[in-house]
Amino acid sequence: MTPDTRTPDFLELDGLLTDDERHVRDAVGRFVDERVLPIIADCFEHERFPTELVSEMAALGLFGPTFKDYGCAGLSNIAYGLIMQELERGDSGLRSFASVQSGLVMYPIHRYGSAEQKERWLPALARAEKVGCFGLTEPDGGSDPGTMKTHARKSAGDWVLNGAKMWITNGTVADVAVVWARTDDGVRGFLVEKGTPGYTARDIHHKFSLRASVTSELFFDDCRVPERNRLPEAAGLSAPLSCLTQARYGIAWGAIGAAQACYREALTFAEQRTLFGQTLIHKQIIQQRLADMLRRITTAQLLAWQLGRLKDQDRMHHTQVSLAKWNNVRMALDVAREARDLLGAGGISVEQVPVRHMLNLESVITYEGTETIHQLIVGRQITGVEAF
Amino acid sequence: MKVLVVVRQVPDSTTTIKIRLDGCDIERTGVKMVVNPFDEFAIELAVQLREKRADVSAVTALIVGPAAAAEALRTALAVGADDGVHLQDPAFDGFDELQLAAAIAAVVRDGGYDLILLGKQEIDLDSGQLGPALAECLDWPHVGATVKAEFAADGRSVTAGRRIEGAEEVVEVRLPAVLTIDKGLCEMRYPSLPNLMRAKKKPVRTLGAADVPGLAAATGALGGTRMQDLQPPPERPPGKIIPGEPEQAARELVRLLREEAKVI
Ligand SMILES: Cc1cc2nc3c(=O)[nH]c(=O)nc-3n(C[C@H](O)[C@H](O)[C@H](O)COP(=O)(O)OP(=O)(O)OC[C@H]3O[C@@H](n4cnc5c(N)ncnc54)[C@H](O)[C@@H]3O)c2cc1C
Repeated sequence: MTPDTRTPDFLELDGLLTDDERHVRDAVGRFVDERVLPIIADCFEHERFPTELVSEMAALGLFGPTFKDYGCAGLSNIAYGLIMQELERGDSGLRSFASVQSGLVMYPIHRYGSAEQKERWLPALARAEKVGCFGLTEPDGGSDPGTMKTHARKSAGDWVLNGAKMWITNGTVADVAVVWARTDDGVRGFLVEKGTPGYTARDIHHKFSLRASVTSELFFDDCRVPERNRLPEAAGLSAPLSCLTQARYGIAWGAIGAAQACYREALTFAEQRTLFGQTLIHKQIIQQRLADMLRRITTAQLLAWQLGRLKDQDRMHHTQVSLAKWNNVRMALDVAREARDLLGAGGISVEQVPVRHMLNLESVITYEGTETIHQLIVGRQITGVEAF
Repeated sequence: MKVLVVVRQVPDSTTTIKIRLDGCDIERTGVKMVVNPFDEFAIELAVQLREKRADVSAVTALIVGPAAAAEALRTALAVGADDGVHLQDPAFDGFDELQLAAAIAAVVRDGGYDLILLGKQEIDLDSGQLGPALAECLDWPHVGATVKAEFAADGRSVTAGRRIEGAEEVVEVRLPAVLTIDKGLCEMRYPSLPNLMRAKKKPVRTLGAADVPGLAAATGALGGTRMQDLQPPPERPPGKIIPGEPEQAARELVRLLREEAKVI
């Protein structure tokens, strides 16, 4: 069989997938082609999140798809990764929405929540009748959440929250915020509902990245939250970090989608653009650049697949996720910049996909642990020495 | 009322079509195959009938094709068909539409179906023959290129609208009947991921040539046609650039159109 250099799927990842996984990828891929791609450049340009797609994504079953209960599809982690890949082939903003809803809101409620919290929130979140957000990062720094300032104090059976969270995806649109705060017993997680007195949110504007996604600040000013809204099983910083592992896993796949979109556009352009009497594909340097993009996408695909297999076998280590997030997002960002450049002046227009992905990926390489943080996590695993 | 939807698998419209090495068909292996878009409308119509009408007891999806065609069947099941029939045998490979129709008719004749729906044509070879041929084999009425379908309350007849040149034709037909569906009647919903997983558990009967009653007699009597040779369309000759000042060039263009192309 001729290796697929167009998708690209050079080492036949397709052949490693199950029927279910291929069906899921194709179903989501079609949704992205037909519903996302026609509108997403305009959303990005006008700093608009495509709210109208949320109910369609819910109807498809894209939220919490790995859970076997609460009306979810019970998919493998590889299928979940492929959903992220296809969504991010559309736009990182849409993938971010899904990552937050599934990995950072449904996951902590599923893993750390009470029976009552699960019943109340999980079906509604799966159907996107309710939207959630995840508040960990603070204005004074996201890389070191152990020093968070937001705190919760016990008062007459309730909790009183004070502090602020920054750069929170979906903050102002969320019906419920999963908020992490310091207590006398260490870090704890709280479900703070929209409209709770003392809780406000405000959008962050002037972003040049993830423009088709809502990013907000959250403020807690003597915000009173009942004990039944605390996640009972979450104790310590390891709880929010375990959520990040879920989301980072999805990002490792998602980045591949963004890179594929950029590569395809660069390849088509190189086949059509005639310069110095020949189309660009006749130039050695262009071939080398395309080959390099293909090489990097291919290695990222196989890395993500093996990571998914480990996760499906319940053997995945969080430092493996760090390596994959670092490698794959760096790959995607480099491919996007390369494709942007290859397209010449046209490449600076949002009518071509690379510049949008390139700008989006600046967020993706920063959130869920910056590249440096992931390098330090892997470095600690190698040496046993913390160098943060 | 029992509804049958005939589904076909075709190459995705974005793939580059290649001719098979033996020249007798287009290349179908190693190509991304999807449900024929016109058949998607038929699937959706069937599922809507199933949802809206209490007297629709079942929707069956049927496909003729290799093992990989099960994917298209699964899509139909995920969208809402209750069960599937997969006719899978190398013997079916060389069938033309009339022979295919005879084989399908032999399978479904005694199935108690009241309505057969399928797309008005398949987007790969565009013959548009299967629907009418199937109706012929079953001796049922056929309405082609349907864009509207109103089913009578008693479930005995359907009033169908067809788009014809400059007008819409309205015909009434008694069931059982075959309707082929045109673009515009409805769009197929996206199969949800939970339903895709559930579709795996729905019953699919796989039948070989030997399981089709009277197949040899039915298809043999038809003779059938065989694709001999497929050729890609000839490459377009390159354009011609007429150099020079605009006035001169225009004069030269007119001269060429008159004397060489002889079109003016
Ligand atoms: C669009 C967007 C959406 C986001 N959504 C969310 C969300 O939904 N929820 C949420 O909680 N957060 C979210 N974030 C926040 C994100 O996780 C943080 O921005 C990220 O963790 C980095 O934190 P910081 O921005 O405060 O940078 P800092 O932590 O201040 O880091 C600044 C720089 O220092 C480097 N650095 C850090 N530590 C070291 C070290 N030890 N040695 C050397 N260099 C170091 C970093 O790599 C970085 O380059 C989002 C961010 C963006 C941009």
